[in-house]
Amino acid sequence: MEKFNKLDSSIMPINIENIDTDQIIPARFLKAISREGFGDNLFRDWRYDSDDNLIKDFSFNTINNNSKILLAGRNFGCGSSREHAAWAVYDYGFRVVISSFFADIFKNNSLNNGLLVFELSQPKIDKIFEMVSKNPNLIFSVDLENQRFYSQDFLIDEFFSINEYNKTCLIKGYDNIDYILSQKNKIIDFEKKHYE
Amino acid sequence: MGKTLFDKVWENHLVDKITNGPSILYIDKHLIHEVTSPQAFSGLEKRGIKVFRPDKTIATADHNVPTVDQHLPIKEALSRNQVETLTKNCKKHGIKLYGLGHKYQGIVHVIGPELGITQPGMTIVCGDSHTSTHGAFGSIAFGIGTSEVEMVLSSQCLFQNKPKTMLIEIEGDLKDGVYSKDIILYIISKITAAGGTGYFVEYAGSAIRSLSMESRMTICNMSIEMGARGGMIAPDDTTFKYLKNKKFVPKNEDFELKVREWKKLRSDPNAKYDKVLKFDASDIDPMITYGTNPGMGIKIDEEIPNNALNTSEESFSKSLKYMDIKTGEKLLGKKIDYVFIGSCTNSRIEDLRIASKIIQGKKKAENINAWVIPGSKTVEKIAIEEGIDKIFKEAGFEFRQPGCSACLAMNEDKIPKGKYCVSTSNRNFEGRQGPGSRTFLVSPATAALAAIKGVISDIRKNK
Ligand code: SF4
Repeated sequence: MEKFNKLDSSIMPINIENIDTDQIIPARFLKAISREGFGDNLFRDWRYDSDDNLIKDFSFNTINNNSKILLAGRNFGCGSSREHAAWAVYDYGFRVVISSFFADIFKNNSLNNGLLVFELSQPKIDKIFEMVSKNPNLIFSVDLENQRFYSQDFLIDEFFSINEYNKTCLIKGYDNIDYILSQKNKIIDFEKKHYE
Repeated sequence: MGKTLFDKVWENHLVDKITNGPSILYIDKHLIHEVTSPQAFSGLEKRGIKVFRPDKTIATADHNVPTVDQHLPIKEALSRNQVETLTKNCKKHGIKLYGLGHKYQGIVHVIGPELGITQPGMTIVCGDSHTSTHGAFGSIAFGIGTSEVEMVLSSQCLFQNKPKTMLIEIEGDLKDGVYSKDIILYIISKITAAGGTGYFVEYAGSAIRSLSMESRMTICNMSIEMGARGGMIAPDDTTFKYLKNKKFVPKNEDFELKVREWKKLRSDPNAKYDKVLKFDASDIDPMITYGTNPGMGIKIDEEIPNNALNTSEESFSKSLKYMDIKTGEKLLGKKIDYVFIGSCTNSRIEDLRIASKIIQGKKKAENINAWVIPGSKTVEKIAIEEGIDKIFKEAGFEFRQPGCSACLAMNEDKIPKGKYCVSTSNRNFEGRQGPGSRTFLVSPATAALAAIKGVISDIRKNK
């Protein structure tokens, strides 16, 4: 997993609530045997119509800002537990998702795949949507060490919370598996007792 | 305070507890199949690591495989690719594979127990939610996602938060015509498809203890259909007798030693559960589901109700509309199109024996397509030895080769749009058995009878 500590980027807004995993990555794209490439089909049916033409008014097609931060409406990532949703958001290039609420499994899957997700209150989220709509190029900073999120002009300057374990994993670039691999000695000791 | 069976097995496998995080649980046995494992293996590759304990993972091909002509190359390209990828991965990492054509191949939850891979007190996981089946032996068994498959391959461990415990006790004698499938459909109809969410269930009581291992597996298998993480039953003499002489179970004195250990695997009399439910066996009748989740079940001679527990009016009527049935209607006498006897819920030899007794010397009804899919090569072999395959074939059933088949319709075995299937599988979701398919879940006995009569019938009246 890639390390994460600090990031400066503009924001990609999707001001829609209850975005489910079927919208994030439609089921028909799940037949692959690898984890990569899902980004091409992220929000596929919102980005393209059935004839593969760009849908003009969707933010991904109007703002071309190489943003690494996705800002979304409440209850992002609900629906089926497919891990492919987190893979797709990451594969597209995002490293942070901010919403006022995330579906539990999506949140876990994201953090375990190097994608930082955190909540801010709805009024703050609304304010950021407004700032971004006025200036899509406005730069925001994420400082994971200090759990701080702020805009270049400091009109937004927020503390966010994250579980200590997930924070350490992200900063060190450890996913659950890297963590468990660092515990190999404990596991081997356990096996000795367990199978004696 | 006393400990539950679950607590004891859990504590036996606790490697560590992360501060402000989950527990690290050691996994004794890991089962894999072709559909949920490829990304896990490519994950290992990316990290440049090997499988940590290859001897603790066992693979089979079941979800995607055809159930006819298994000796020929798989026609469908995607299925073929997944099965070939599994073969390659197993070879590379030194994992035992019971692939297509192997004498032990079969549905992952059927072969684990019948080969004695599944044993009391173990932790067992697989990238498939019906892993709960193995709990029938007093093991902690549950389904996991792809990243977790990768984690187990790389470390033989998993992160888990400890679930709450629930005791479901069923006392009394079962009535005639009532099978273990009816017991579990009854329980789910009482507590709904979400009634077990957040819990790990233990089944107990005289009605449960009276059941064979096959029947116990049917119950534990469907624990997931009430939302529970898994279900387990304390091992007893029935369990030990079943396990004796199974391929991977220790033999002779070693077996006796094991049994002594296994006998300790029971909840203490003063054990505390987070929830306790009690049912009376005499209240259970042959059951059938009418709707589109396993909680929507009724006694076979009941009328379709006008609501279901914890189901909004809207989704209840959507469900009836999908099934094209109405409140107040009876399902008895309803004409059906397909009968499917198979899946990890009911494809064991006991299930096939029960069904074959009912159809012996009879013919399936004209309007019915009837499929029997044995759960494994082992089941198939015994069925052939006992002449059960002939009984089915003479009755006009198709006796096919082992696999998941129309349980999830990932291969060619699909129920056509709008057709009714009386099925011994575990999920009646919209489209589960094929796009637009309509499923009634029942026991193997009720399914066999429906095939003969061509309509849904009451097994108790089959004299
Ligand atoms: S038979 Fe059905 S439920 Fe069982 S493992 Fe196969 S697909 Fe899953």
